[in-house]
Amino acid sequence: MTTNPKKLAKPPEHPLDDLIRTERIPHIWCPGCGIGTVFSSCLSAIKATELPYNQFTMVSGIGCSARGAGYIKLDSFHTTHGRAIPFASGIKMARPDLKVIVFSGDGDLFAIGGNHFIHAARRNMDMTVICVNNLTYGMTGGQVAATTPNMAKSTTTPLGNPDSPFNLPLLAYAAGASYVARWTILQTRDLTTAINEAINHKGFSFIEVLSPCPINYGRRNKEKPIDTMKLYQDHTIIKHGANPAEADIDFGKGVVIGKFIHIDKSTCDDRYTEMHRPCIDD
Amino acid sequence: MAFWRVPLDTQEIQVTLGTVCIIDDRCKGCGYCIEFCPKDILQFSEKFNRKGYHPPIVTKEGECVNCHYCEIICPEFAIFSVESEPAETK
Repeated sequence: MTTNPKKLAKPPEHPLDDLIRTERIPHIWCPGCGIGTVFSSCLSAIKATELPYNQFTMVSGIGCSARGAGYIKLDSFHTTHGRAIPFASGIKMARPDLKVIVFSGDGDLFAIGGNHFIHAARRNMDMTVICVNNLTYGMTGGQVAATTPNMAKSTTTPLGNPDSPFNLPLLAYAAGASYVARWTILQTRDLTTAINEAINHKGFSFIEVLSPCPINYGRRNKEKPIDTMKLYQDHTIIKHGANPAEADIDFGKGVVIGKFIHIDKSTCDDRYTEMHRPCIDD
Repeated sequence: MAFWRVPLDTQEIQVTLGTVCIIDDRCKGCGYCIEFCPKDILQFSEKFNRKGYHPPIVTKEGECVNCHYCEIICPEFAIFSVESEPAETK
């Protein structure tokens, strides 16, 4: 059989194409948005665990980053605003064998869902929480969020944000999380390793990922996406085991990134099984 | 890459070679792969893709060392590299 030389060869397949719903790609994230990088890093980490894909489930709330659950070709749930963690806790209690990943944004996890976050961390629910922190409410038009830095401009604070932001690693540590890390999308390899470690870690794992929002944060603060990446390159300090209390986001003095906490603690489903299902071993 | 002195084992080091594959229609022209390629082998092309962005193009064919950084930094799943056979063994 002869082949037609003019006919184009089949387009090459991306190595992660088996984990994404390719019919939905290109995704809705803006040019220069870092959520896609975090998402692909998360997929690489899932792949690197070498566990079967039906052992994973992804839960997300509302927001730009929460669209991730719609693009992954696994069992995934797109829940109501702020309720990703309660939903994930329910999955974990019903099916303790599953690896539950919560992929959501800062507004969803820490503003409306803040209480759920601290209580899941207190109980040490065995799940991996990936928080894409773009320092603003991106999807609704760039309003001031709980993580917007002091004096940063937003739609609702045109003269600059008068308040100080949350220090997310400190919040997670104080609430009782057993794995806490922070990376930016520029340190992609470290981020993938951290997500892989967090998936394998038994206990509440929290990873904050700084990511540019060029349209709704960068534009109002005179930052092009490449400038934000340069900021991540020049004004971050990698310091493993650093005290989370020093990890506030202030690019003037340098943002501390790295793995802050990695300890072993008994998890919620272990304690529950021990108390209420003593005969489950057989 | 410029060295202040040539490493002693430079003859024995095998540098892997790669081929960059670009899926043009997924690209949104953020330029991260172009900016952060350690070998600076990518550039915006003149052509437009289906959405009206300029996808990257490989300018220095055969200089890719298959580090995969463009693949992992790309937010759009639009670029990746595969290992290619070295043309000749010296």
